[in-house]
Amino acid sequence: MYILSSTTNASNFVTGVDKAFMIIMGISFVFLIGLTFTMLYFIYKYNRKKNPVATQIEGSTKLEIIWTVIPTILVLVMFYYGWAGWAPMRNAPKDSFNIQVTGRMWNYTFQYENGKTTDTLFVPMNKAVKLKLISMDVIHGFFIPAFRIKEDVVPGREKSAWFIAQREGLFELFCSEYCGLDHSYMYTYVKVMPEQKFKAWYVDTTKHVDVAAVESPTANGKRIMKNIGCFACHTVDGNKLVGPSFKGIYGHKVTVTTGGNDREVTVDDEYIKKSIYDPNADVVKGYNKGLMQPYVGQLSEDDIKQITEYLKTLK
Amino acid sequence: MQTAAQIPHDVSYLDYKGKYKGIFAWIFSTDHKRIALLYMFSMMTLFLVGVALGLAMKLELIAPGRTIMGPQSYNAVFTVHGVIMIFMIVIPGLPAVFGNFMLPIMIGAKDVAFPKLNLLSWYIYVLGALLVIASVLFGNGIPDTGWTFYAPYSFKTGTNLLPAIFGAFVLGFSSILTGLNFIVTIHRMRAPGMTWFKMPLFPWSLYGTAWIQLLATPVVGITLVLVSLERIFGIGVFDPTLGGDPVLYQHLFWIYSHPAVYVMILPAMGAISEIIPTFSQKHIFGYKAIIASTLAIAFVGYFVWGHHMFTSGMSGTAQYTFSILTFIVAIPSAIKVFNWISTMHKGSINPDIPFLWAVTFIFVFMIGGFSGLVLGALATNVYVHDTAFVVAHFHFIVFGGVGFAFFGAIHYWYPKMFGRMYDKAWAKMGWAFFTVGFLTLYSPMFYLGMMGMPRRYYDYLPEFHAANILSSLGSWVMAFGLVIVIINLFRSAKNGPIAPMDPWHGKTLEWTVPSPPPVENFDEIPVYGEKDGPYNY
Ligand code: HEC
Ligand code: HEM
Ligand SMILES: [Cu+2]
Ligand SMILES: [Cu+2]
Repeated sequence: MYILSSTTNASNFVTGVDKAFMIIMGISFVFLIGLTFTMLYFIYKYNRKKNPVATQIEGSTKLEIIWTVIPTILVLVMFYYGWAGWAPMRNAPKDSFNIQVTGRMWNYTFQYENGKTTDTLFVPMNKAVKLKLISMDVIHGFFIPAFRIKEDVVPGREKSAWFIAQREGLFELFCSEYCGLDHSYMYTYVKVMPEQKFKAWYVDTTKHVDVAAVESPTANGKRIMKNIGCFACHTVDGNKLVGPSFKGIYGHKVTVTTGGNDREVTVDDEYIKKSIYDPNADVVKGYNKGLMQPYVGQLSEDDIKQITEYLKTLK
Repeated sequence: MQTAAQIPHDVSYLDYKGKYKGIFAWIFSTDHKRIALLYMFSMMTLFLVGVALGLAMKLELIAPGRTIMGPQSYNAVFTVHGVIMIFMIVIPGLPAVFGNFMLPIMIGAKDVAFPKLNLLSWYIYVLGALLVIASVLFGNGIPDTGWTFYAPYSFKTGTNLLPAIFGAFVLGFSSILTGLNFIVTIHRMRAPGMTWFKMPLFPWSLYGTAWIQLLATPVVGITLVLVSLERIFGIGVFDPTLGGDPVLYQHLFWIYSHPAVYVMILPAMGAISEIIPTFSQKHIFGYKAIIASTLAIAFVGYFVWGHHMFTSGMSGTAQYTFSILTFIVAIPSAIKVFNWISTMHKGSINPDIPFLWAVTFIFVFMIGGFSGLVLGALATNVYVHDTAFVVAHFHFIVFGGVGFAFFGAIHYWYPKMFGRMYDKAWAKMGWAFFTVGFLTLYSPMFYLGMMGMPRRYYDYLPEFHAANILSSLGSWVMAFGLVIVIINLFRSAKNGPIAPMDPWHGKTLEWTVPSPPPVENFDEIPVYGEKDGPYNY
């Protein structure tokens, strides 16, 4: 639908990319249909019943040259349009609006310069937006089909992407690079708002995230965990996912492996903090090391306090 | 030309009784023809497993949400499916089966240059396959990285990845040794008078392929060793948390795996270049142009790997250089298509079963190739990379290309290999179902990719539903066709009517020996005279 209704022009790249599509696919269809029908015609016309004796022809240098040169010219035309539609994606204008995108298994979060953090990408219309792409664990793919942009989010590398959204609305944002269990659930939305509306939303820092309202410390903890994606790996109902369930976790004993030795610990505030800041130090028995990433710098001590409050309520 | 047609009743390779009995007469045989069949049966078994996994995925995707399995299983299924299909089916592919069987006969030799090495290659192949199977059956969890084993996920996953990687590594040696064997065979063992430019096109394609196998496979071997060392000892080449670079992994992986695509497709093209002239009873059009394009593909194919990485982060210059080279490598493939179609012009065409497969090959190969142009251009690649579009593209090329050519080749050489003919009515029906199913299965994936559906997706948004239903239905039709084709071939090997020496009136040397060929192929090595040629009808 995106391609088919390319007139929607949701971003500044749509025209260039779709033009390349049209030219490449147009030429391809002409050749595909032309060659297929030529082939079928030959099979019909020179069927052995009609033409019992073949005429031996070994080749033709002239034809070989023609069908080398013409396709070469055509593919160079295709190359040109491919390049022309892509070149503007390389460099963002200097005055772009900056947003940091953090990908992790299996969600994206978006951080704005004023400290706002969201799990939906809010952007102003008709303004260049530059995204800094950061991965906390494995490679993810940042893909907004309607905008025609895609860029891998590679751990250890700072990458970026940019666009100018030209249409108000909600557009899908996928993870396009396979990243493990819930890769197909690692999607969210881009919400494009007219600049005025966006400004109003942006300056309103009373609401940390506009998805859920802040009520009590426990609700707050739940909201933080939801936005940052803990529930991709943990449940609250006793079922195991990638990590242990949080049901009844607080105050209970767990067996953990620390540097190769098993030991038993009681889950308290300190343990939870350590599990979040340095999850691979004590690994819960029966689970794999290295899956949960340290959240240092992403969750403040205050955030963790709120999370702990919430975990206490899960009996 | 002196042919070996007058050989008295020598024992056929199928009936020959050597010092071993039963199955050992096969697995200890160094006869290139028996080894070819060993490969064929082992590959057929693995192929059916791969197909079953493919069908399971399609069933899962028939509706959003969970249908028959959870996400962990789905990820394991596409990984094992990909590993089997790529490393065990299409890379050994036509060379292992038809190359082994036909190459010596087509160039007038009694066997390949190193028959024992040839058998060893098959042992290595089996060992590699067993290792991969072990990774599925034992250990804590089936590998779930995708067949590409991308870092750093391949270090993070808790699944039993090492045996699978080691299996792929071992399979590489089988490929290298087969390539080496073929290169020496072609250089040293052509019949007297068969100059390079009198050699048929299938051996030519094997020659181009063999060089890629020999030169490119070690790169992936070393890469897989590095991954293993990193997983075991944490040496820090690819893992960013240890100071490594995951994009380096992708470069090393694709430096092999792109040329590997040509390892798959070149022999397929070679088989088509034999079938088309035989069924048109006409000299192949542009013999030298086809050879030149084979060599050009083998050479330029080394320099296009970056087109798999346009979104991973390369310099702009690298990106458009890879893009332009990708377009250049498309030209020789186009030249081949033009020459095949011109061969039909003014021919005397017998649209028999092998020819039907060959023509459908050309059709699906063109679709695969044209979609490759979309992937070669930068702007469009960025959009469809890692979407269902790519899945459609490579199934059209590797499954459409190699698969249709393989079935074309088996129906073409079957009477020679088994001395019997299959049932043509069933064969035609199998082909029809297979073709219709194939197109229904994969065409919707182009559309899904254009809509923006990423690949390796266990679940999808409702807007992708309709096309996925169609695709899943197609998979059943195709599977039905496949069953017909395989059963027909199996039954006919015992019960089919006895095939003559030269059922299709071919001109290459394999049609001058009895069907099935005797153990040593030729009583007397044939001699190519001035006027002889593989396509002189
Ligand atoms: C990628 C999957 C993943 C994500 C996302 C994740 N975790 Fe974990 N978590 C695990 C795994 C696996 C374990 C068990 C192994 C270990 O202890 O490191 C674990 C263990 C824990 C433990 C210890 C549990 C116990 O029973 O002792 C806590 C607490 C925890 N995680 C909290 C969190 C919080 C809070 C978040 C969100 C900020 C989070 N996790 C996000 C995978 C994840
Ligand atoms: C019955 C036949 C087949 C069916 C139904 C089938 C179906 C599929 C499906 C559904 C996927 C997953 C796509 C995704 O979610 O990303 C897939 C992936 C794949 N298939 Fe097939 N396929 C078949 C035959 C083949 C053959 C013959 C080959 C050999 C070339 C092949 C090679 C691959 C590869 C390499 C992948 C990618 C795996 C990965 O992403 O790691 N398939 N196939
Ligand atoms: Cu992902
Ligand atoms: Cu490639």
